[in-house]
Amino acid sequence: MIGTARLHRRRVSASLGTAVTLLCALLCAGALLVILGYVVVQGIGSVNRAFLTQLPHPVGVPGGGVGNGILGTVIIIAIATAMAVPVGLLTAIYLALFGRGTVPETLRFLSDVLSGVPSIAIGLFAYTILVAPLKHFSAFSASFAFMMLMLPLLVRTSEQAIRSVPQTVREGALALGMSNFRATMRIVLPTARPAIITALLLAIARVTGETAPLLFTAFGSQFWETNPNRPMAVLALQVFNYAISPYANWQAQAWGGALLLILAVLILSLGARYMLRQASRRLES
Amino acid sequence: MTAAPPTIAPAGGALATDDLSAYYGTLEAVGNVSIAFRRKSVTALIGPSGCGKTTLLRCLNRLHELTFDACVSGRVLLEDCDIYEWGMDPMAIRRRIGMVFQRPNPFPTLSILDNAVACGGRRLNRRAKIEVAERALRAAALWDEVKDKLTRSPLQLSGGQQQRLCIARAVAAEPEVLLMDEPTASLDPIATAVIEELMARLAERFTIVAVTHNMQQAARVSDVTAFMLADADGTGRLIEVDDTAKLFTKPSDPRTEDYITGRFG
Amino acid sequence: MSPIDRGFAAVVYGGSVLFALLIVGLFVELVLGSWPSLKAFGPSFIWHSAWDPVANKFGALPMIYGTVVTSLIAIVLAAFVGIMAAVFLADFAPRWIATPLSFLIELLAAVPSVVYGLWGLFVLAPLVRTAIGPALQHVLGWTPLFSGPIYGVGLLTGGIILALMIVPTVTAISREVIAAIPRDLREASMALGSTHWETATRVVLPAARIGIFGACVLGLGRALGETIAVTMVIGNRPEISASLFAPSYTLASVIANEFTEATTSLYISALIELGLILFLVSIVVNALARLMIWRVRGSRA
Repeated sequence: MIGTARLHRRRVSASLGTAVTLLCALLCAGALLVILGYVVVQGIGSVNRAFLTQLPHPVGVPGGGVGNGILGTVIIIAIATAMAVPVGLLTAIYLALFGRGTVPETLRFLSDVLSGVPSIAIGLFAYTILVAPLKHFSAFSASFAFMMLMLPLLVRTSEQAIRSVPQTVREGALALGMSNFRATMRIVLPTARPAIITALLLAIARVTGETAPLLFTAFGSQFWETNPNRPMAVLALQVFNYAISPYANWQAQAWGGALLLILAVLILSLGARYMLRQASRRLES
Repeated sequence: MTAAPPTIAPAGGALATDDLSAYYGTLEAVGNVSIAFRRKSVTALIGPSGCGKTTLLRCLNRLHELTFDACVSGRVLLEDCDIYEWGMDPMAIRRRIGMVFQRPNPFPTLSILDNAVACGGRRLNRRAKIEVAERALRAAALWDEVKDKLTRSPLQLSGGQQQRLCIARAVAAEPEVLLMDEPTASLDPIATAVIEELMARLAERFTIVAVTHNMQQAARVSDVTAFMLADADGTGRLIEVDDTAKLFTKPSDPRTEDYITGRFG
Repeated sequence: MSPIDRGFAAVVYGGSVLFALLIVGLFVELVLGSWPSLKAFGPSFIWHSAWDPVANKFGALPMIYGTVVTSLIAIVLAAFVGIMAAVFLADFAPRWIATPLSFLIELLAAVPSVVYGLWGLFVLAPLVRTAIGPALQHVLGWTPLFSGPIYGVGLLTGGIILALMIVPTVTAISREVIAAIPRDLREASMALGSTHWETATRVVLPAARIGIFGACVLGLGRALGETIAVTMVIGNRPEISASLFAPSYTLASVIANEFTEATTSLYISALIELGLILFLVSIVVNALARLMIWRVRGSRA
């Protein structure tokens, strides 16, 4: 009798425990759905053609949009990507192909350290080397900060991608008398390409909504600015500024901007997932 | 236990080693091997797992040195020229000594056609490319099976076809020597038979050195067989080289006899 | 080596050296930028609580206090929920539930910080002012932690927002660590007649504890440096008060808020020094976390 009572108690606590874990998992997923739902409901009303294509209006004048912010986001990320990809890929190739011993291990450690550095500190770095000496804010300095944020992700994931290309494929190329350079460019990198693109998409997703380093690099602008040497409007920055403003129509615009940001990040994440599936399929067969 | 290394060299070698040793860090994986491979014949390297056959093979086209911490001492003579001599270009050497690997390793992102002409076919126009590919694929007995799908991915081919594609890829460079590292290890019996038949045909054009751990295969396909065994330190030694027929019937070393009669695992 | 390969190697080395230089440059620039402040205040910068730009007197203590408190609130909340969710995803859930649920939780990590801030400012802060705060005060109001007026924005709200932001990190890494625990260990426990729950809590979690602790430390690292969301809900006041309902400041949010308004070079330098502190702390915390995660994952790889 005592035995069965104990067994019963154990069963009850097991079910309770499982229920708690389920609840916690649902709580996390639920939090996302609540936030997403809120942003959609609040933001959908603000998003229309004018919102996507027009300049911001001054306080008190209804309407206006974040067109210049969207453009600025694209420009700044494009420049950041153009800088991050060569440096990141070269470092990844170095780590994957030549990477044993103390120096590469140190580099990997530094890369991991960089991935943990708060974005605001990286923004300060961009400010001290690109803004303070030139005495003006610029989109380029924001691109520089974004590049620093993208690099660790790009380096480590691309290294993994290059490593996951079977050694025999590389040796097959070398055994044919190809140079290391050609074997890498023509055989190894194309095989790793889907995984590298995954890494790139994730890196872009990471900086798309990034705001902190923009405060004192891109700074923001009221105009259609395309010169990277001048201050530029950025969508995330507009969301921040509108959100902390006391005006109801600006706050509504903040929700609309947040909706755009979430959509962009969502699309990038789904794209990354799709590429990842491609990558694993390529290596399976 | 380690007597003087045997230096019985079948006459007329296109490729030969002279006192060749290979190392992984401080571990000596292959020790003091001197052997000459007979021109336009198949030489089989046999021996139990871990006896250094594959390492020896990888020394012959300077692939061994790509492994981290690996190095080589001694000489490898290709037409009496030491391929390890300072100033020799490993890329040029690898074009003269082709290699086929244990598992088929076609380049996954290139088409069947581009795989066949991967070595040096980049500057050819499409017509010339197909010409070179056809010659190589015919030599590898694959042309009829793939001629209608040259632009497809090689990953759609069966394992045996992939391996023949890799053979075609190596043959396309018109090498003098063809190294084969257990070319049928990952294939089924039927695909294996096709490759074995192919090896006999290829031997009319190339000097072939093939690693196998299957003694029946060595007996079937090779003209000359070399037996290797690891000594107490784990260093692979060449025990005996002879005509295949003689080595399998009247081995001169008791260790060879133990191995071919199945007294080693 | 052929000339082309020598060139290739040179370019590859060059890229890596540039990458290393960027990281080293980050540190050097932060030190150089905070030099005036370092010289003016010395180590006392860390324990002085006056933050008075008008009088050119700067001390980091209120921000350090705000950063530590919000991060602790975040990690306490996120650790429990995250670890439990990880156990569910790794051990209890069938695949068809675990896969989409993990994806949702990963997406939570991808939501931009500024969106969290917006939501925190307009949804969570009013909720804390009208519901959560009063309820806590009703039950625990006798402690100094939950006394005083409830503004809505403040330490507690910042902590909750941070918890939401780091829970995906804790969950994802804990799940990986738990999944790396060998199967036979679980089977040995099940074979002794334990329930799934007992196996998870008495065998699997203890075996994975170092890695899970590492996951929490990594989450803590993210919380310490998180900027925009916290800036929007912390209240931005450089004061130290015992109440969790009080407005405060964190290292990151004071930089975000005041940097573009800073006029004197000493002021800017003091803000950069806050960034330097943040940088150093994040390095220590991250190095610690990775060491622990490596110990679990690496030893079984």
